Amino acid sequence: MTGRRIGLIQNSKFLLVRSSMTADLNSYLFVGAVLFVCGVVCMATKRNGIGVLMGVELVLNGANVNFVAFSRYTDLGLDGQVFSLFVIVLAAAEAAVALAIALNFYNNHLTIDVDRANKLKG
Amino acid sequence: MMFAAQSIADFFQGFGGWQYVIAAIIHAVLLVHVFAVSPFAFIWLERKVSGRIQDRLGPTRVGGLFGWLQSLADGIKLVQKEDLCPSAADSMLFRSAPYIVCVSSFAAFMVLPFSHGWVAVAADCGLFIILAILSLEVFGIIMAGYSSGSKWSLFGGMREAAQMVSYEIPLAICALVPVIAAGSLNLGEVGGMQRGWFTNWFMFHDPFTFIAFFVYFVVATASCKRAPFDLAEAESELVGGFHTEYSGMRWSFFFMGEYASMFAVCGIASILFLGGWNTGLAPIDDALYAARNASIDGTSGSAAVGYLANVIGAGVFVAKASFGVFVQVWLRWTLPRLRIDQVMTTCLKYLVPISCFLFLGATLWPLIMVTGMGRTTWTSPIGDRAAQGLQETRDGNRVARISDAGNLDAAQARVGDTGHIGEGVVQ
Amino acid sequence: MNGESFLFTVFALATCLGAIAVVFSQTVVRMAFWLVISLGSTAALFFLANADFVGAAQLLIYVGGTLVLLVFGVMLTASGPYLKIATSPGEIVMGSCVGLLFLVVVYASLNGVNWRKSPAAATENSNPVVATGKTLRPIGLSFLGSRPDQDLTSDGDTLTPGYLLPFEIVSVHLLVVLIGAAYLARAKRRAGE
Repeated sequence: MTGRRIGLIQNSKFLLVRSSMTADLNSYLFVGAVLFVCGVVCMATKRNGIGVLMGVELVLNGANVNFVAFSRYTDLGLDGQVFSLFVIVLAAAEAAVALAIALNFYNNHLTIDVDRANKLKG
Repeated sequence: MMFAAQSIADFFQGFGGWQYVIAAIIHAVLLVHVFAVSPFAFIWLERKVSGRIQDRLGPTRVGGLFGWLQSLADGIKLVQKEDLCPSAADSMLFRSAPYIVCVSSFAAFMVLPFSHGWVAVAADCGLFIILAILSLEVFGIIMAGYSSGSKWSLFGGMREAAQMVSYEIPLAICALVPVIAAGSLNLGEVGGMQRGWFTNWFMFHDPFTFIAFFVYFVVATASCKRAPFDLAEAESELVGGFHTEYSGMRWSFFFMGEYASMFAVCGIASILFLGGWNTGLAPIDDALYAARNASIDGTSGSAAVGYLANVIGAGVFVAKASFGVFVQVWLRWTLPRLRIDQVMTTCLKYLVPISCFLFLGATLWPLIMVTGMGRTTWTSPIGDRAAQGLQETRDGNRVARISDAGNLDAAQARVGDTGHIGEGVVQ
Repeated sequence: MNGESFLFTVFALATCLGAIAVVFSQTVVRMAFWLVISLGSTAALFFLANADFVGAAQLLIYVGGTLVLLVFGVMLTASGPYLKIATSPGEIVMGSCVGLLFLVVVYASLNGVNWRKSPAAATENSNPVVATGKTLRPIGLSFLGSRPDQDLTSDGDTLTPGYLLPFEIVSVHLLVVLIGAAYLARAKRRAGE
């Protein structure tokens, strides 16, 4: 918590090195942020429907890492772990439904390229 | 996380704070050896048993009378073989798939207790963790099947995926049936609760756990993809299934993983249903238990006696688990292979409803016993088993407290939470 | 550097590198492989943070269940071996630039917040349940509606009951999803047949 008001690039590079050395709240949050950002980029760039789904899983996992970290390092306590359990369960449900939709899409279009899902475009 | 390596650690008291590190390293080395040696022993057993069942002798030459070094000879041969990667394969996935299988079945041994307190990681939800880790193995198999670039492998991988995803459900439910009787997911506690005569084993706890043992064993056989459920390799139709394209050491990694996970699921069965490291004879069990406690207290007897008691316990445990492996081998050479649709039907139409019924029955059983007969189990009056469980827990806590001697507060806190459900509510 | 920090470094690196590899992989099954590495290491991070139950649930449900399902979906929807629906390099460069900027923003902002109630507060949660990692029974009881880990009689500002209602809702939700997914994915004739 020392370097709070920091500049952008060089300081975060320094923090990356520092945060990978000790296990504290900010290190966990950084890992969560990386997962989240990777998930968002994955959702934005992948054209394969199942790839997009994997991006969603990464985003949810980033949130989970944050919940567990807050559970250990702040007053959130057990609530954080319970929240992350709910997230895991709901992610599984979401994956099942999304996969069913992807299969349906494949049955109708013979591809799961999400860029081809443009039938409703005016 | 605590390295419950009490007995060995006691030998190294003179080394200051390092005794736990040394004990942990020794136990890790022992565990690696269990993982490395048990597949060799079981592969020899498989060949010998299959030979006898088919009226042959099996291996006889390497290493003397029973050919007991045959697996080693096979291993040396496999190391020398060329490591092939087909040109149609996705080489990165193809090469890494065997390691996933191997690592995931090895990691399961981390939470598998071999004797009282002899467990690498004494996790509070050990059963849950071990089932979770064992479920990772399927991913390596699917990877291998998909990345080989061969239709036989792909078929094997798809079958394995469908089969494992379905069989995990009854496996978990059946494993929960004795957990209801025990009230704990900690494998060490569950094992300790079954001390005394063999009627204390959870297999004989009520009719539902009795049936659940057999259902669990069938499902566990299927989840190790052993015959008659070995559709993933099905050599009569799929050449070699998911490992068609593999050769040499990578091929043997799959089999090390398979035999190790056979041992792991049979070890779970022996802890959950068959008393774990307890012999089932009350006088012997009590004597061993007293010896362990004496070594922990340091009052009478030395650490060596307690250590010896634990060695005997580990021997009993390994014997029980190995017997389970033997039965799986026996089944393989006795029963014909099912068709894939029969495998799925067996699971979804029979095993899942049966295990749900058993789960429901096991939850209702204490109510039936209390209202009908005024006792919680048929072997002992109300509270007896719970008291024993509490005693085991307190012993466990004593171990914990000694092991973090410098961290008394944490150990005190632990006493509060690991108590039985009744105690937890009171607090 | 103590043992925990060393393990944290290893698993945090595996998590992050796995996630980055997911973004840059082209075939779906390789993505799934890297996702397994990433999510498995996340489970290890949960174990390190004393959340044993969450870690095991992560392994069992995510890695053992959801990802196997995803790979199964890949196999069912692949029209040829090693299905590759390539993203154009421009999009990847664009995406990584935006992602990097986004990461910097997120990290700078989470560093700008003081997550503790007071500067003197402990750096770790001192609640014995969380601190020792014996969370199994408290989590189970909280799903049943009681909270053994919290002292509700104190003058705390939060009166948090258990999670019985959310638990029931999630259970029903899962049942609905099970039926709905089976209905959606049932065998149908393909278009044009």
